[in-house]
Amino acid sequence: MSDAEANAPKAISPVRSFSIASLSAYLQALPLALILGAFLLLPIIMIAVVSFWDYDFARMYPDFVTFNYGETLGSWVTWKTYLNTLRYAAMVWAVTLVIGFWVAYFLAFHVKTATIQTVLFLICTVPFLTSNIIRMISWIPVLGRNGLINTALVDLGLIPAPIEWLLYSDFAVVLAMVHLYSLFMVVPIFNTMMRIDRSLVEAARDAGASGWQILTNVIIPLAKPGMAIGTIFVVTLVMADFITVQVMSGGQSASVALMMKNEMSLLQYPAAAANAVILLTLVLIMVAGILRVVDIRKEL
Amino acid sequence: MTSAAEIELASVTKYYGTTAAVDRISLKIAAGSYSCLLGPSGCGKSTTLRMIAGHEAISDGDVVFANKVVNDLPPAKRGTAMMFQSYALFPHLDLVDNVAFSLKMKGVEKEKRRAEAREMLERMQLEAYADRRPAQLSGGQQQRVALARALITKPQALLLDEPLSALDPFLKIQMRAELKSLQASLGMTFVHVTHSQEEAMALADLIVVMNDGRIEQAASPREIFEKPATPFVARFMGNHNVITGRLINHDGDRITIETAGGSHFIGLGAHGASQETASIAIRTDHVRLADEETPGFGFSGFVTNVEDLGAMVKLSVQGAGIETFTIVLRDADYFAKPVKTGDAVHLSWAETETVVLGEVKASK
Repeated sequence: MSDAEANAPKAISPVRSFSIASLSAYLQALPLALILGAFLLLPIIMIAVVSFWDYDFARMYPDFVTFNYGETLGSWVTWKTYLNTLRYAAMVWAVTLVIGFWVAYFLAFHVKTATIQTVLFLICTVPFLTSNIIRMISWIPVLGRNGLINTALVDLGLIPAPIEWLLYSDFAVVLAMVHLYSLFMVVPIFNTMMRIDRSLVEAARDAGASGWQILTNVIIPLAKPGMAIGTIFVVTLVMADFITVQVMSGGQSASVALMMKNEMSLLQYPAAAANAVILLTLVLIMVAGILRVVDIRKEL
Repeated sequence: MTSAAEIELASVTKYYGTTAAVDRISLKIAAGSYSCLLGPSGCGKSTTLRMIAGHEAISDGDVVFANKVVNDLPPAKRGTAMMFQSYALFPHLDLVDNVAFSLKMKGVEKEKRRAEAREMLERMQLEAYADRRPAQLSGGQQQRVALARALITKPQALLLDEPLSALDPFLKIQMRAELKSLQASLGMTFVHVTHSQEEAMALADLIVVMNDGRIEQAASPREIFEKPATPFVARFMGNHNVITGRLINHDGDRITIETAGGSHFIGLGAHGASQETASIAIRTDHVRLADEETPGFGFSGFVTNVEDLGAMVKLSVQGAGIETFTIVLRDADYFAKPVKTGDAVHLSWAETETVVLGEVKASK
């Protein structure tokens, strides 16, 4: 439709308006193109280029060598780290999807007034008023060996000794990530659900559907695009996370991004760059896979 | 195909907070009839339909369907099916699955329900589109899908919530005819909510005119048209002038009223003597331009507007304390003796053309 509007003046004076209209269109697109080019495209190109460079303990040498990839992919540690990261992604995804779906469902379908909806939604965002690190670190006094939970359980006599796996474990990592990323699942699902025509629910009820049947036959299929967008958010965030893994696992677990961070602290930039390119490719393949399964175009 | 059911409402009431959206309405809809609930937006007609369907809880009163009180039954257990205003087709399902939806909910196995749905689509002449999604269809086709989906449950009554309002005017008239013939061939009870008096006139066996949560008049289209019961009905149906004034004399079936402008008008019809004011309705197409004014059955005024509608010419006349009095003349009659804006005219009508209007009985 906007094409038709843009084309309309052309019919009147084809030559002059064409050049002005097209020039102004390019000018309008320029700022975003510049920003994306300078801060997204250029760095990615640089990483890709550097991943083929040579290096020693002190500096990098412009070159075209592939052993950065060879070493990364050929190492048993890399594969184990990738698997571990994917495991975190899968666990966090599953938990945030369940939490995100039900929170969004409650907000969208069970809260009747728009005011309360807004208030509850804002409450969901309150944790985001503090930084990631603080939110994560505040788990330590809760989960620690002498933390709130363990002390309470021991004092109540429910357990003889503090539970060790509460902190500095996979459990702690997943818990912290779920805490950090659930909202990224809630928001897109809530958005999609708000767009579901309420008369569809009534039509389903008119056709004899029970509450559960309405959920599985109408609401879940129609909320899929939101779940896909939330999945993309959560999966990419978890795949790129290193600080949560480092802090909450107490250094006992590794993730791909943590591996890169270590390589960088050893000044092995080309190795880290090669790793980054591999991770980027993997994440893009995952996103492409999600987009193949669910059509999210309507939501954009 | 299925049996039809009678629907009865017994002082059905719906409160939203303290305001009554539907106020103690009682109504009997005969089995196999086509009824239209007609009224302006906010009059409670949709709420009434939704209470019959079971999508709205009833605050007070009873809905009786096929001689059974169904107040607490869920929609699917009532034997009604509803067709929604925007059709409410499931966007993620193709037409076959849309139509088969209620069968799926009942647990009919896949092959069987899809075969049945295809049969229904065939009856609606939609078999060519069976594998499409609703968004790929035109408004008229979507409506047929919605009908197919409603009818596959073999309901005893079909409830239609403004089914034609989403269509363009041409299609509206076409689908209207389809609805009427479908109802005739199925012999099913249809209850149709609309705000268009033309639609109601064209379709209904029984028109129920509603206003402010109450029924103003429930009668056949002919009767509503010729003998509107209240000033609201007369105005809403749009083909009557309503003159309201102080009641100064009543003598049997004959009343005289005095308007604010001091003119007297006579009306024929039964009337409650206790009232202080009364209204008379005169059909717009039964008023003539006369050479002189007939006392009690006409007045003099001047033309404020002329609209040529083709077969008819519509004149607006102001006079005798009446702001706008509309008359509709056949084109031949008008052009035999044309008048223009600003001309003084004498209006006159026959004694038998007047209808004395009552008021809605304020129940209890």
